[in-house]
Amino acid sequence: MRPKGRRNTQGIRVDPEAEVTHEPRQAVLSALVKHRPGVLSEVSALFSRRQFNIESLTVGPTVDEDTARMTILIEEPEPGIDQAKKQLRKLVPVISVRELEGEAVRRELALVKVSGEKPDDVNAIADMYGGQAVDASTDSVTVEITGSKQKIDAAVEAFKQFDVQEIVRTGAAALERGPKTLEKDV
Amino acid sequence: MSERASVPKEEEETESETEQDPVTTGAQSVIRALENAGTDYVFGVQGGAIMPVYDALYDSDINHVTMAHEQGASHAADAYGIVTGDPGVCFATSGPGATNLVTGIADANMDSDPVIALTGQVPTEFVGNDAFQETDTVGITQPITKESYFAADSDTVGDNVSEAFALADAGRQGPTLVDLPKDVTQGETEVEPGKPETPDTYDVPEEADDENVQEAAEALAEADRPVILSGGGVIKANASSALREFAKEYEIPVITTMPGIGSFPEDHELSLEWAGMHGTGYANMAITNTDCMLAIGTRFDDRLTGGVDSFAPDAEVIHVDIDPAEISKNVYADYPLIGDAREVLRQLFDAMPRAPDADEWRDQCQEWKSEYPMDYDTPDDEPLKPQYVVEQFSEMTPDDTIVCTGVGQHQMWASQFWEYTEPRTWVSSHGLGTMGYGVPAAIGAKLAAPDQEVVCFDGDGSFLMTVQGLSVAVREQLDITYVVLNNEAVGMVRQWQDGFYEGRRMASEYPWIPQFDKLAEAFGARGFTLESYENVEETIQEARDYDGPSVIDAHIDPGENVFPMVPSGGDNGLFALNEDQLDMI
Repeated sequence: MRPKGRRNTQGIRVDPEAEVTHEPRQAVLSALVKHRPGVLSEVSALFSRRQFNIESLTVGPTVDEDTARMTILIEEPEPGIDQAKKQLRKLVPVISVRELEGEAVRRELALVKVSGEKPDDVNAIADMYGGQAVDASTDSVTVEITGSKQKIDAAVEAFKQFDVQEIVRTGAAALERGPKTLEKDV
Repeated sequence: MSERASVPKEEEETESETEQDPVTTGAQSVIRALENAGTDYVFGVQGGAIMPVYDALYDSDINHVTMAHEQGASHAADAYGIVTGDPGVCFATSGPGATNLVTGIADANMDSDPVIALTGQVPTEFVGNDAFQETDTVGITQPITKESYFAADSDTVGDNVSEAFALADAGRQGPTLVDLPKDVTQGETEVEPGKPETPDTYDVPEEADDENVQEAAEALAEADRPVILSGGGVIKANASSALREFAKEYEIPVITTMPGIGSFPEDHELSLEWAGMHGTGYANMAITNTDCMLAIGTRFDDRLTGGVDSFAPDAEVIHVDIDPAEISKNVYADYPLIGDAREVLRQLFDAMPRAPDADEWRDQCQEWKSEYPMDYDTPDDEPLKPQYVVEQFSEMTPDDTIVCTGVGQHQMWASQFWEYTEPRTWVSSHGLGTMGYGVPAAIGAKLAAPDQEVVCFDGDGSFLMTVQGLSVAVREQLDITYVVLNNEAVGMVRQWQDGFYEGRRMASEYPWIPQFDKLAEAFGARGFTLESYENVEETIQEARDYDGPSVIDAHIDPGENVFPMVPSGGDNGLFALNEDQLDMI
């Protein structure tokens, strides 16, 4: 006697005939963590050793000086996202983890340093993207842009005409819309 | 209290907290935290940065076992943790002391064994300067512990140790580490350590959600071909009795994982013994054909599942685990039951509407036992078969005998041909597969259970990796019988080379190995040699009778291989019973 069923590579039982693949999707994980030395390395090491595909990770203080908040963008198939949340929650300094819903407020900041030859044109483009020049010298202008990843991508593309000398991007920070907050556990 | 095979030692907790001198240093606070947590034994090696802690140990009633190498200290603590159920404790100094512990810590992490490691560290002001014997111990061990603490202050170092102790023991057990800079342990403090409590962010689930339990019980009762897969978590949760009651009441065949060996008696009719790469044919057939699997305290390791696409492909899976992250990690759980194995088994016991109607299935399982028996040939004109040595030894010893092993072919034979009936009698390295585990593990096991017989099966390769531990067994006068199943090769590698690398035996055969009986005598142990079938029983008896460590150098058939075998990533239902069949899979 031989079994009729089969599982996919994620161990999920599937239709014996049909091909199945889990498409990766992007997820925003928000985690409250104890604000103490070593937390960032613990979290980033977890993502690397378990081969979770991480796009960005930001960390900063909260109103409570003992806790910090991390925002992590990952791109994984559904079971991977589920695992990432659970493994993250297992780390002792992690207080709670939640996946933010698709419509969560997401913002990123970029600083773009471009050639200073055409400061007025640079300003015009910056205005278009709601940004502003934050530093200028005879040779360069540095512009600050905040917004969604897509908006910043577009802005960076537009600045390329001015010979981009350097760029820094923070990665996303995100919060749930409405009154919801990160309460205990996922 | 753990489910020990023998009557547990009388609890010596006569509240010795009376009349304790107040602590004056960080080091004393460290030792006090261990005392408060009930530590009997510490396994360790001295060294510069840990000296203040050892100095404080001088005045303590805690017994210290000086190991020959720090790797042995972490393995001995690991085995102590397996046998007692309480965290084993190991000490090492900074730098090489700490890095030598790492293998044992990683081993404990893979097998969820409760261990606490305390490591010396250079004084805080030198940390980060590449000082003598400095290494980033917390950085190195963070990925292989439940948590690694860096002690920052003499006033709080005792709390760090208390918390690390509680954390190693809580929920899914595992190793924790506290790194102790010398100035912190030497520094003055009057602060007594707090009670061992887990950190406030650490949740320990107990009972599973009632509704889920109900649904799972219905599914199991509905099943035509039910099995229980009992993992190491059943033993860790002291749920072996609950498991036995459940399986017998509802007459469901039981398969164990390797770490789950001993959770269900192998001499019971419902037992199919253990499944996986070298598990029994009947266990693997049952896995492949079951339509409902109650899996308890297992993480579905790849050596168990083979390729997951063919693992129990018809089965609905009920997965009981105390660690939510294990649910649907490797095999999807149709019914996730997050909780303590013993609690959840009790819940399931009550929730079962009826026993599954599985007469045919049970008959089928018995048929597989006849079809794929665990047997071997013992032709007179061939060298000694290792299986025979293991089987003879098993028959001569009481049920509560503890078996330790290294890693390799000998480990598989020891698990296949010894009959296990009690929890905490199988002490081995599973997830990490650490050669050299056996010699020090037997030391930890014997000290944990002085009234139980302890046997260690080892391979020649594995034994050579930690043989220096014999000096400790002799010094501590530990009555352990080591059996080296000697095939003058790293046999498992040699088996794979023959099977999968066209017999190209690169670096797997030993053209010269020591005479282990003489080596044993040099250490002060008794040494025996075993070469033929006639004196197997007699030699085992002599070695057992000797009051102290003895080593039997058993020269076995160098060509003997481990079967059945599910090739790596293969289908559990397609196993080879011999070399020829391996080619056909």
